[in-house]
Amino acid sequence: MEKPLTQHIPASGAPLHLKEYEAVGGYAALRQVLQELTPAEVTGRVKDANLKGRGGAGFSTGMKWSFVPAEVTGPRYLICNADEMEPGTFKDRWLLEGNPHQLLEGMIISAYAIQATQGFVFMRWAYKDAARIMSQAIADAYAAGYLGKNILGKNYSLEMQLHTGVGRYMCGEETALLNSLEGKRAVPRAKPPFPQVSGLFGKPTIVNNVETLSYIPHILSKGSDWFKSLSYTADGGTKIYGVSGRVNKPGAWELPMGVTMRELLEEHAGGMKTGYRFRGALPGGASTDFLTDAHLDVKMDFAGVAAAGSRLGTGTMVILDDRTCPVGFVHNLEHFFAQESCGFCTPCREGLPWTEKILYAMEQGQGTYADLAQLEMHTRLLGPGNTFCALAPGAMEPLQSALKYFREDFEQHIKEKKCPYANHTH
Amino acid sequence: MLSAIEIEQITHEIQQVPVKKAACIEALKIIQGQRRWVSDESVADIAAILEMSTAEVDSVATFYNLIFRRPVGRHVILLCDSISCYVMGYTEIKQQLMELLQISYGQTTPDERFTLLPNACLGTCDHAPAMIIDNDLYRDLTTASLPQILDQYL
Repeated sequence: MEKPLTQHIPASGAPLHLKEYEAVGGYAALRQVLQELTPAEVTGRVKDANLKGRGGAGFSTGMKWSFVPAEVTGPRYLICNADEMEPGTFKDRWLLEGNPHQLLEGMIISAYAIQATQGFVFMRWAYKDAARIMSQAIADAYAAGYLGKNILGKNYSLEMQLHTGVGRYMCGEETALLNSLEGKRAVPRAKPPFPQVSGLFGKPTIVNNVETLSYIPHILSKGSDWFKSLSYTADGGTKIYGVSGRVNKPGAWELPMGVTMRELLEEHAGGMKTGYRFRGALPGGASTDFLTDAHLDVKMDFAGVAAAGSRLGTGTMVILDDRTCPVGFVHNLEHFFAQESCGFCTPCREGLPWTEKILYAMEQGQGTYADLAQLEMHTRLLGPGNTFCALAPGAMEPLQSALKYFREDFEQHIKEKKCPYANHTH
Repeated sequence: MLSAIEIEQITHEIQQVPVKKAACIEALKIIQGQRRWVSDESVADIAAILEMSTAEVDSVATFYNLIFRRPVGRHVILLCDSISCYVMGYTEIKQQLMELLQISYGQTTPDERFTLLPNACLGTCDHAPAMIIDNDLYRDLTTASLPQILDQYL
């Protein structure tokens, strides 16, 4: 089974340095691209592969690039979104710490495709090791002629900069990320105009996820048929999946796109810990709907998870076990979303703390049946179309599905006037 | 008043960006790096050098989780309170930290050694519970391991 993204990452977790990366074929794709392909041809190949964004939304990467106007002069930007902060998600960290040059090569090729003049890696403050490693990798790439003026002697130049953030979930939303890079509060922007046309400092800008950009060198060197052949399903490639919670071997693995939840849980994560039973999972981070044991054979690709009523999201599952209170679990999620709401639009700013308070009251044994109706109303009022960005609708996904699949637990809290689970306190 | 080093570093950041105010977050990071937190006076100093209003600088400073607008101790403990750490029992770690340090979230020990803060997901969910102290990540935390970890920070 091929694992193009992670095969060269040393088992020790130490980063692959420039010489080691070159020794396994690193930067050959960039060399070939600059010699043989026009920017439009690069975009065409990525479009052919139908690479879908690995940050959570799953939009076609080549398509996104093609919206950048060809005729604009002046600066344009390519930004790597390395602000991984979706609770339960730890996949990009692996690539950032283990193979920084793979990401850089992907960024340089992508930047060439959109004729960007400047690249940024927008990295989470918490990834201290990754920041140190990436900073060194950028310096090494400059020294080797992969960055800067006239890359590899060709008529293409690109500057690259690492930006470390100061902490806010909103920074992962691409237009809020742009505001943050401009030194402002990370609130979302109205779309249109889309960043491809008017992004950072009003210039054409592409924002792509770490895992997405890391795939670019492989797609350019091996082609779209190869990319599609890696997968079990119509969505091509491999995917980095992860599992956390009360399982025997929590971790992350690069696997063919479309493995089942069951395979992830039982084979790779080693099944549930002794004494714990599986009750459900958020398949792709905090802002995805619960799936339950009825869904264990769902294929973990974009269409498969969507058909089951959730989203692939980041592909990193958080497991709910039978000794963890589902109401407490969802309260923890809504606490996070309420705290991280930027406050820019009313339903999110007002609705999320309200939701959090109701869930807290329920955990304290003070919930009523009217509260259940209130929670359900919120899942509609904070849903898609009513808010400025995807934060609140994302926050409602685990809530609406918990109300559906774990309703008895909510009702038990109300009837017994206490949380029936013993092992967690707030 | 800004120190010579702070002015030099902020001036360097201003040169990296197309408009002065785009250096706002970097300026806040520079001040905090030197002084551990950002005072009202520093907000006004940054506003002056970036030609912004103090309110605008403060709106940025207060937006971000990791810019401290109140004094903190010599070491800042950021305990992850997000979902995987919740499932794996971070609440016990929280209780233990509060007992050992005799402070709650948002407080600093009287000797100014530690400040304790909750923090959103640290992105190491396969090794929950987790926390960061200054620049160091601690994973797979147990209540038994905490005293030894804290002893390293003076």
